[in-house]
Formats: sequence, structure tokens, C-alpha cells
Amino acid sequence: MSEPLLSARGLAIAFGGVRAADGVDLDVAEGEILAIIGPNGAGKTTFINMTTGYLRPQAGRILFGGEDITGLAPRAIVRRGIARSFQIPQLFAEQTVIENVALKVAARRGFWRAFTPLLDHTTASEAMRLLEQVGLAQLATARATELNEGARKLTDVAMAMALEPRLLLMDEPTSGVASAEKFAVMDTLVGALRARRTTAVFVEHDMEVVERYADRVAVWSQGKILVAGPPREVLADPAVLREVIGVETAHAGA
Amino acid sequence: MMPRATIVALLGTVGILAAAALAPWLKFVLTVALAKGLAVMGILLLLRAGQVSFGHALYLSIGAYTVAFLRPAVPDLLVLLPLAAAVALGVGLVIGLFVARYRDIFFGMLNLAFSMVFHSLLEKLYAITKGTDGIRVFRPTVAGFALERLPYEWAVLGLALLLALGLGWLAARFLVSPLGQALVAIKTRETRLEFAGVSARRVLLVAYAASAALGGLAGALLACTTLHVTPHLAYWTQSGELVFIAILGGGGSILGPYLGSVVYELVRVYAAAALPDAWQMVLGAVLLGIILFASRGLWGLYEDLVMRGWRRA
Repeated sequence: MSEPLLSARGLAIAFGGVRAADGVDLDVAEGEILAIIGPNGAGKTTFINMTTGYLRPQAGRILFGGEDITGLAPRAIVRRGIARSFQIPQLFAEQTVIENVALKVAARRGFWRAFTPLLDHTTASEAMRLLEQVGLAQLATARATELNEGARKLTDVAMAMALEPRLLLMDEPTSGVASAEKFAVMDTLVGALRARRTTAVFVEHDMEVVERYADRVAVWSQGKILVAGPPREVLADPAVLREVIGVETAHAGA
Repeated sequence: MMPRATIVALLGTVGILAAAALAPWLKFVLTVALAKGLAVMGILLLLRAGQVSFGHALYLSIGAYTVAFLRPAVPDLLVLLPLAAAVALGVGLVIGLFVARYRDIFFGMLNLAFSMVFHSLLEKLYAITKGTDGIRVFRPTVAGFALERLPYEWAVLGLALLLALGLGWLAARFLVSPLGQALVAIKTRETRLEFAGVSARRVLLVAYAASAALGGLAGALLACTTLHVTPHLAYWTQSGELVFIAILGGGGSILGPYLGSVVYELVRVYAAAALPDAWQMVLGAVLLGIILFASRGLWGLYEDLVMRGWRRA
């Protein structure tokens, strides 16, 4: 087997008394789409935060393409090819959808221009192509604040994809999206990712979404990876049902 | 078709030249207004990022004192102005490295602190700066010509107009460039820029340095207009005035600072003549009215009144 694209070894971090990660080992293979599931507050987002440099693990190492990126600044990690999207979309509220995405396109291909328009021909057409891929072309000139939650999520992911990362980390891409829309949103996203052959990790609470779109599932529970494997097997595992999905159903009903 | 802003800028230019020709004493007022407009344009760049500097009089005074100190050695206006801008740019880069790390009230107050330190230096170092007496600036030559008072005043006004037009055009391009757009992004979601691999600090530093250079240029023009510089140029009320004009003019267009600045100077002159003891009250009332009823400033008011009419036509 070839070397994994991302490899976490012995990651540990605690907030006060809560051990969000307590010796996490996790590999992500090039080209795969991995889902991370687990109870609320288990540390799934913390994993994304540590991988993208927002938090520094208290112990352990993160290797990306064989290079140790543990504790590097977010900017340095982005430049190495890891991008993320957010559970609560982080958009530039005063700007239009296409400007939001174009800023990211520009960040990749020449940001330090002071006297040529952000939306010059190449940047604008690339941003537009991305918006077409995620089905937002018609909203290109809408202000970020005018969008519904589904469109905000898609814009947020399109912004991350604009960086053309080798690895994309998505934090709950379907949370807040109307349940009628969630498969449409995921079809679009996963279609775009597969078309670009981007490796992706997404944190998710919706088991239907996980089963449909993930190549592999890792279960994060009590600061450790409980089990990882193909969705069908993992989601049928009694321990997983008890630890994660039982809790999940209770939350969903609450 | 020419963009509307260009048409308005050209009409404004004609208006200023006509006013200066019809009422010669207005030349001085309008030159001062244009100079301050340049500095306010720098304030506008920072406002785009949601940052307000209460200390940009620092750069006004650096520009003005550069002219005052160098005038004996460098006699020409066309050399003095870029030199003053360059000195202000240099100081802006150094101070910017520090203040670009801070936001909001801290950003505003740190700028204020730097300007007040400089103000007291100008006052106390009498041997160098002649303290509150200030330094007289002898009329510089213009492109090698030693001009009489009247043609000199026209030359400075013309130069101020050209600078306002040229730098305004550049600034308008800057605002829609990736860097200009990133300023707006700093205001709303700075961390997301970092997650794009872009240093928000560096973006702000670029805008800050540009605003410092504009402030220096403005100060140099003021020195060449009033022909006398005093520490008062660095006083915090001067910084406040720049922010005042920025809000009065409105941040929606690069023309806002100039519109605000011309109106400000005219109101000030007329109010001071009509109500010598209460002209500040008139200015305060004008600003209060703007904030309450036209939060996008005079430019916003103009857009509402005129652009809507154009669209209907």
C-alpha cells in the first residue's frame, strides 16, 4: 500500500478536563473520501482545527505527504495543500458570492496585485466555473448575506475548493441544510471532489449521508478512533450503534 | 461610455477651477480642501478594513515638516512633494509593522499615541523645530520657475487637482483589486483570509503604508499652500478632522473624500465668517445630520438624489 496522504499519530489535546483527542491515529489515503462520525463534542472539529493549524496538538504528530506539519501556522499549512470549510459558513459578508470565491482563487494564483481588478478575466471565469460545479452560478452576484443556509454552505466549500487543495477538510457540510436539499448538496459536492480527484475528510452527523458518500468511516469516541472501515461494516457494528448512533438518535430527537 | 464617477470627477474639476477663477480667495480654501481630500482618501482605505485611525495627522505633519526642513536645500515643489510622500511612506511602513497587528479601538488609539508623541516632539525640540512658532516655508519654485504669488497659487491648485484625479483613479482601481477587496474581507472575516494562505496583517500594512504616503503628500501640499508649518498639524484634532471628513463625504466612492473635504472647508469658512464664536457648532450639526439621516455620507446622498434620477431617465 502506498504512503497515506495524511497521517496522524498519537494526537492528543485536552480542554480543561475534556480530552478531545487522547492518542488518535488516523490515516487518509490519496483520493479517498473519509467520513468522521462521533457524538457531539467528541473532538471531530478539533481534529480539523489541529490539522489546519488552528490548534496545536499537545502531543502527537501530523504528517502530510510525508512532511511533519504539526503546529505550523494556518497559512503555511494552506500553502502545502490543505483547505477547509466550516460548520458555520465563514463568508465575507459584504461581498458577492463570486467575489468570495474569487478572493480564494486569487489567493492561489496571484494575490498581491494592487491595480488590476480582482474579477479580471481569468480569475472571474475560474470562480464562475467553480460556482457552476457547485450549482451556484445563478447566485454569483448575490451578496453573501442574502443566501439561504444551503447556498452559504456551498459557497463556503467552493471557497475551499478554489484553493485547489490536495486535501479538503469539511466540517458538517450538510448541517443546517434543509433535509430535502442535503442529498442534492452532497451530490454536487462529492461530484466536484471526484471530478477534481481531491482527497476529502468530512465530519458528519447524518448517517444516511455517510453511508451514501463516504468511502470509509472513522468513528471518533472519547478522544480515540473507535473503529474505521467501509460504511456498511462500521455502521452495523454494535459498539458503534451503542456509542455513537444511539446518542445521535437521542440528539436528533431532542 | 465613460464611467459615471469619471464624469463627476471631471465636472468637479471644472467646478473647482471655475470657482477659483471667479472668487480668487477661494483658491486657497480649495487647495487646502484637495490636499485634505488626499489624506482622507488614505483614511478611506483603512475604513474599508473597518479600521479607524485617530492619528493620521502624524503623516500630515511629517509631510509638512519634510517640506519645511528640506526647502532650503531642495527648492522645487515637484521634488519636495514626492520626497515628503516617500518619508511618510517610510515612517508608515515602520509604524505599520506595529499597528497592523491591532484592530479596532487598539488600532485607533495606537495611531493616536504615535501622533501625540510626534506632536510633543515638534513642540519641545525648539532648537530644531522652533516649537509652536513653527517654520516659515519660502515659496518653492515650480519645475524650476520662481513664480509670483498669483501664478504660484494657481500652480499649486492645479497640481493638487492633478494629484487628486490621478491618485483617485489609482485608488479606485486599488479598491477593486484583490488587495482592495481583501480589505473588505478583513472587516468581515479576517480568519478566513488566513485560511486562504493570505496574511491579513500584510494586506493591512499595504493599505496603511499607502494611507501614510497620501497623508504625507497632503501635508506637503498644505505646507506649500500655507507656507508655514506648526506642530498643530500633528495635533489630535487634525486627525479627528480627517475622520470627520471621511464620514461626512462617505466611503462609498473615492470621490467621497473630496466632496466631503470641499464641503467641510466651505462650511468652515462661511460658518466662521458668519458665526465667529459658534462655527464648530455648525460643523457638529452638519455631521450629526449626516449620521442621522444619510449614514452613507454626502456621496451616498448624492447617489440617492442624482443616480436614481439618471436611472429613471
